Amino acid sequence: MVKTASRPKILVENLSVHYPDGTESLRNISLQIPKNAITVLFGPAGGGKSTLLRTFNRLNDLVEGTRYSGKVLLDEQDILSPALDLVALRRRVGMVFAQPVPLPMTVRENMTYGLELAGERRRRNLDRAIEEGLQAAALWEEMKDRLDEPAHAMSGGQQQRLCLARVLAQQPEVILLDEPTSGLDPISTAKVEDSLQSIKKKYTVVIVPHSVQQAARLADWAGFFYQGDLIEWGEGKNLFVAPKEKRTEDYVTGRFG
Amino acid sequence: MRVSRTVTQRIAFALLTAIMALTVLAILAIITYIFWNGLPAISLEFLSAMPSNGMREGGIWPAIVGTVILTIGTAVIAVPIGLLAAIYLSEYASDSPFTRTIRIAIVNLSGIPSVVYGLFGLALFVLFLGFGSSILASCLTLAIMTLPVIISTAEEALRSVPQSFRVVSISMGGTRWQTIWRIVLPQALPGILTGVILGLERAAGETAPILFTGAAFFLPQLPQSIFDETMALPYHLFVISTQVPGMPVQLQYGTALVLLIFVLAMNLIATFIRSYFRRKRQW
Repeated sequence: MVKTASRPKILVENLSVHYPDGTESLRNISLQIPKNAITVLFGPAGGGKSTLLRTFNRLNDLVEGTRYSGKVLLDEQDILSPALDLVALRRRVGMVFAQPVPLPMTVRENMTYGLELAGERRRRNLDRAIEEGLQAAALWEEMKDRLDEPAHAMSGGQQQRLCLARVLAQQPEVILLDEPTSGLDPISTAKVEDSLQSIKKKYTVVIVPHSVQQAARLADWAGFFYQGDLIEWGEGKNLFVAPKEKRTEDYVTGRFG
Repeated sequence: MRVSRTVTQRIAFALLTAIMALTVLAILAIITYIFWNGLPAISLEFLSAMPSNGMREGGIWPAIVGTVILTIGTAVIAVPIGLLAAIYLSEYASDSPFTRTIRIAIVNLSGIPSVVYGLFGLALFVLFLGFGSSILASCLTLAIMTLPVIISTAEEALRSVPQSFRVVSISMGGTRWQTIWRIVLPQALPGILTGVILGLERAAGETAPILFTGAAFFLPQLPQSIFDETMALPYHLFVISTQVPGMPVQLQYGTALVLLIFVLAMNLIATFIRSYFRRKRQW
């Protein structure tokens, strides 16, 4: 197994995930996700990338009967433990989805939703979180005068950046993104990618990209998934330039997928 | 010889329009007829006085008050129970043979004739629990009759809130209850209210369930407690139409008109709530 340099933020060892209908979504995966870097999980559809992403915040559990085996450690804490406090985990590991889903409330309320769930009521802290979150998602200038407008009135690109900002406002440690730009135009996509490049200084970012090009642009580390197997894992600068595995090379060069 | 598609289309369209017009016409005819015959009876005295001279004169005040009390009492009992049951079914219960049985039972319950509920109320509340023929027993009976409507419409309203809102809320560290309380319930509220009002509207207009459980033929005064009997519009209408000889027809239609307006008003409120919130809805 390839080791990363520093102590990993997330350590995955021999992870397999089974869905209740009997399908095995991930088979015996081992990898290490480093801190303060962008890790890209890519490959053709049905490869298990999203399942892995949704293992890190245990969102797979929403599908009743999902079974995990193996080990996943977040800062050395076992996050597959049945005794785990899922609410606490999800505060540490935020997620942005493929479709922007602004909650049916104002921009401000979207930004403070997570903190209010956690019991934060102090106006000063909430206001600071709103500004910092929107700044980090490069949305503050556009939004500062529109905080009390309904979030669904924003454009698609703004909505998706709001979804990122609202996760950042919770100050999580890890940010998961599941094809966050699949519905966005190139300009909005570039803005999201720029934000990711700047927030990785503070956070651990794990993304399922919506194209190989995006994977190559963003990856500090990358894993190629194919039908539930991790085919290849390595630093982005090597993996996309000189893949070791034939299947990775074929996919990266566009011969299949 | 085959008829061309355009001709078939025209015939179908004409047929559907005719049937629709017939339905609307029938409803309009009933409403017009009741207004025509009942309107002359309506006066301040009719609405605010006690009946007199063996109910052949005077007003229907105690029946109006009774129907309002029964409707409110039914709401107080049925709305919390129905809402909580709907939340359970929509948000917590997993799909199992057990919950499927519950759902089928609820659907079937709403099809039971109201007189059967009346008999059930008589046996359980009036006799077995010893509430006697009273407002309480009537409200409980009406509540049981209304529950299936409230539960199924409320469950429908809760289910129509997009699943993605729940997933996002939970992914942000929300508990299931926080998600329901802050996101799902507010979004489902208009649909729930509509269902509640439609259910109560049925309760307000029913005679059979209160017949054995708490409706009075005639009372010289308004009820003083929930253990008293009460007069009510639908039962009063039944009584003055069939049980009192020499009853002026005007008073019967006047009573029918008041009941009709009461129910139509509730319907109108439900429609208003629905359209108001639909315009405000954010998805």
